[in-house]
Amino acid sequence: MTLDLILFFGIAFIAVVSAISMLISRNAIYSALFLVLNFVAIASLYLLLNAAFIAMVQVTVYAGAIMVLFLFVIMLLGAERVETSPSLPWQLPVAILLGLVLVAEFAYVLFGKVAQAGGELTGVGEGFGSPASVGRMLFDQYLIPFEVTSILLLVAMVGAIVLTRDDRKGSR
Amino acid sequence: MNIATDYILALSGVLFVIGVLGVLVRRNAIVIFMSIELMLNSANLALIAFARAMAPAAEALRGHVLVFFVIAVAAAEVAVGLALIVAIFRTKHSIDVDQVSSLQG
Repeated sequence: MTLDLILFFGIAFIAVVSAISMLISRNAIYSALFLVLNFVAIASLYLLLNAAFIAMVQVTVYAGAIMVLFLFVIMLLGAERVETSPSLPWQLPVAILLGLVLVAEFAYVLFGKVAQAGGELTGVGEGFGSPASVGRMLFDQYLIPFEVTSILLLVAMVGAIVLTRDDRKGSR
Repeated sequence: MNIATDYILALSGVLFVIGVLGVLVRRNAIVIFMSIELMLNSANLALIAFARAMAPAAEALRGHVLVFFVIAVAAAEVAVGLALIVAIFRTKHSIDVDQVSSLQG
């Protein structure tokens, strides 16, 4: 039991508890804030895994930009609480059953196949996962996908504007 | 840092299952959307864990690049998805997914 394991279990506990809280809290604002906590916990796991650049991207893009967009939409719509319509009575048991089946499959694959392939972790080289090394890999070998991503983001922006445009007469 | 890759993969699987349960159980469209983000994040965590497992090789950084692209695609997806939710809210005055069962506007 080393310091690394203690750190890992602490962060994993925070991540799982915040994810479950996100799932069961009735207020959508609380859900969004718990999800921010979950993202920050995962970002610190990235730091433990020598992925410094990805951790920073996670905090700025996910916990920053995306969750602000979520909170903005929740507050814009005033949709903190959805009035609970009569639900399907069998929905929750069936969902839990399917979730348990999925857990069993994960466990089977993980401890059956992956565990046999896994070995001891070796040390990382100098600057592994730093912005410089990831950027060099990105712009040397993945330049075309990177540019396609810019087109994708442009299309998403145009799509969001078109979808939310007010079509009523005289609005423009 | 010497955590067995198995532990991180197990955490990733647990987070993914919580996301699946969120999609199956909740009826608030925004919370369903947040659960999808949680699933994307757990997949990213698995990718980073695999990149760390094959660390000294130069190809290991491809996992980081893939996570970078997944985050970019997730940002685009969130923009379009939230715009769709706003559009649905305008016509139905609700984001309860049970109310959106009819195909007519």
